[in-house]
Amino acid sequence: MNRNITLGYGSGGRLTGELVKEIFAGRFGMQGPLTDSSVLENPGSDLAFTTDSYVVEPLFFPGGNIGKLAVCGTVNDLAVSGAIPVSLSSAFIIEENFPWDELDEIAASMADEAARAGVRIVTGDTKVVGKGKCDRLFITTSGIGKIRKGYENLATAANVRQDDLLIVNGSMGNHSIAVLAARNIFDFRTSVVSDVASLNFLAGKLLEECHGIHFMRDITRGGLASVMNELCAMSGLGAEIEEEKTPVDEPVKGLCEILGFDPYYLANEGKMLVVCDSNEASRALEIMQKDTLGKNAAIIGRVTDDRRKIVVLNTIAGGKRILDHRSGLQLPRIC
Amino acid sequence: MKLVDEFRGSRVVKDLIRAINESATGIYRFMEVCGGHTAAINRFGIKNLLGHNIELVSGPGCPVCVTGTGFIDKAVRLSGDEGNIVVTFGDLLRVPGSISSLEKEKASGADIRMVFSPLDALRIAAEERSRKVIFLGIGFETTAPGTAATVMEAEKSGINNFYVLVSHKFMPPAMEILIRDGTNVNGFICPGHVAAITGSSIFDFIPEQFSIGCAVSGFEPVDILMSVLMLVNQVNRKNPNTAIQYKRAVSREGNITAKKMMAQVFEPVDMYWRGFGIIQSGGMKLRGKYNRYNAELLLNETIKDDCNEGECRCGDILRGLIVPVQCPLFGSQCNPGNPSGACMVSAEGVCNAYFRYGRNE
Repeated sequence: MNRNITLGYGSGGRLTGELVKEIFAGRFGMQGPLTDSSVLENPGSDLAFTTDSYVVEPLFFPGGNIGKLAVCGTVNDLAVSGAIPVSLSSAFIIEENFPWDELDEIAASMADEAARAGVRIVTGDTKVVGKGKCDRLFITTSGIGKIRKGYENLATAANVRQDDLLIVNGSMGNHSIAVLAARNIFDFRTSVVSDVASLNFLAGKLLEECHGIHFMRDITRGGLASVMNELCAMSGLGAEIEEEKTPVDEPVKGLCEILGFDPYYLANEGKMLVVCDSNEASRALEIMQKDTLGKNAAIIGRVTDDRRKIVVLNTIAGGKRILDHRSGLQLPRIC
Repeated sequence: MKLVDEFRGSRVVKDLIRAINESATGIYRFMEVCGGHTAAINRFGIKNLLGHNIELVSGPGCPVCVTGTGFIDKAVRLSGDEGNIVVTFGDLLRVPGSISSLEKEKASGADIRMVFSPLDALRIAAEERSRKVIFLGIGFETTAPGTAATVMEAEKSGINNFYVLVSHKFMPPAMEILIRDGTNVNGFICPGHVAAITGSSIFDFIPEQFSIGCAVSGFEPVDILMSVLMLVNQVNRKNPNTAIQYKRAVSREGNITAKKMMAQVFEPVDMYWRGFGIIQSGGMKLRGKYNRYNAELLLNETIKDDCNEGECRCGDILRGLIVPVQCPLFGSQCNPGNPSGACMVSAEGVCNAYFRYGRNE
């Protein structure tokens, strides 16, 4: 049977990895770990370079819109690679008949967020396609940043060691649930707001003021479970996470129960995983908790010497289970 | 009160485990007959909290898993007609039929939509009057009343481009077959959501005729462990009965309104169950009055209901005869990314749960 691209290949889980590895990495001759940004050697300071496309539906959701998302997402990919974001490009694919005012509002959000993050949008492109050729509006942003000295290998997890502690800067899953609720496919309202935010100042503070940061990754599509599995694959180590310590807001928890979702696989747009030397972890936690984007930061687990590269979740009931890569999309249960 | 965590907290769990270990002086083998229980047991790692003398085995509780590939083949066939919209719960999308899956058909252009309620399918039908909207009605007594209510609503509002491909099933006949076939268990953890509709009394025949205990259980770790404790005590006291652990949702009589709706729209029919073959009165079909909503009428060919299992041993797994790791395909040829059988697809499928959570043992 012919192999086609199903939606699962865009889920950020195992299938996405397969797609990138089997088609793009091979064809483009990419080597080494596939991280959020690519490091370009440059006299003075190395540069980080990254790109991301945004296709969120609906375009406007509680807490933001596709424009804000397109700036934050790319800024965050640079920030967790140890870079100071400098410039962004933005390319728009617009479906014909798209309202002028909405586009203007989206661009205004992009400008606001860029100003807040201290980056400039310096180049771009616009294409308008016929009705039905895209779903209203797609945005692609690319970004370039200057890598902080000594952090050239941050994104590759090369410095991660057994017994390093795992820290997240707040609750899991808010973005996914906010966007899902904004689709109006359920007969309920929720107060959940997307966490979309630029993390570059928080990441910068950590890298400058704390000397035990071994790895950072923004926790987006595929959720914490996917980030943890990628970390383990890159470092060759295992990890243990405490369910009881993992922050998940009550309304998110409730909706996950109703819909059969697991918060460990839900997307965020303003959350990151920080892997820190155990001696420095309390310092890192303190820095995060002082920042508005890290008020609810928590140490959720540790890196283990498990050479099977498995992520174990110690459940709230006291049992254990494996937090695996998700295959395809999360499908809601039926009973 | 935190409605989720209070039923999961490790302090209460520890107390329950201690109580179970104190009472469990013999050897116990309990079967859970609901996919929700299978998922929860694995998700919270409950098996490794219990002593080795208490074995939990999974039964035919995942509706997607016990459905024959023919059902998927029919849905795939119906999705191939441009005039049709197939509407389904998410679980079914990746289940392999004998030639394709709904996910693959969707990728190649078929109009297949995922919903969370059958009423959403009716709403789509109201919006797309020139097309035929086919809802895939799957599930046990839990989801059947929702389908029944939707069919009644379609009639009331005169929406006649709405159809249901029915695969709803009755749980008790399958449990009876399991027992008669000699499945070696001394207690059933009975499905709480099924019983919320039907009432716990539908399980009474199990202790009465076969002297095997039942505990109708909720879905949180505390619920499941309480049910295990109830079953251990029933065995010890040689007093099998139908105990209700899930009292916050289940009564002996159940939901009278839902039962009436189900009876008004559906009648029992012999139906194919994967792993069991044809089960007498094991399924539901639309009553004559509602047969014009039957999506089978849109098929102009006969498609067989049963499965060609090949090496896939879903059938034996569903009857609790083997555990997934004993299947030659498990984990290698068959995994969640490339499932050979339905048990590997649904989040409630035994193989899927073992694959995702169970390899730590």
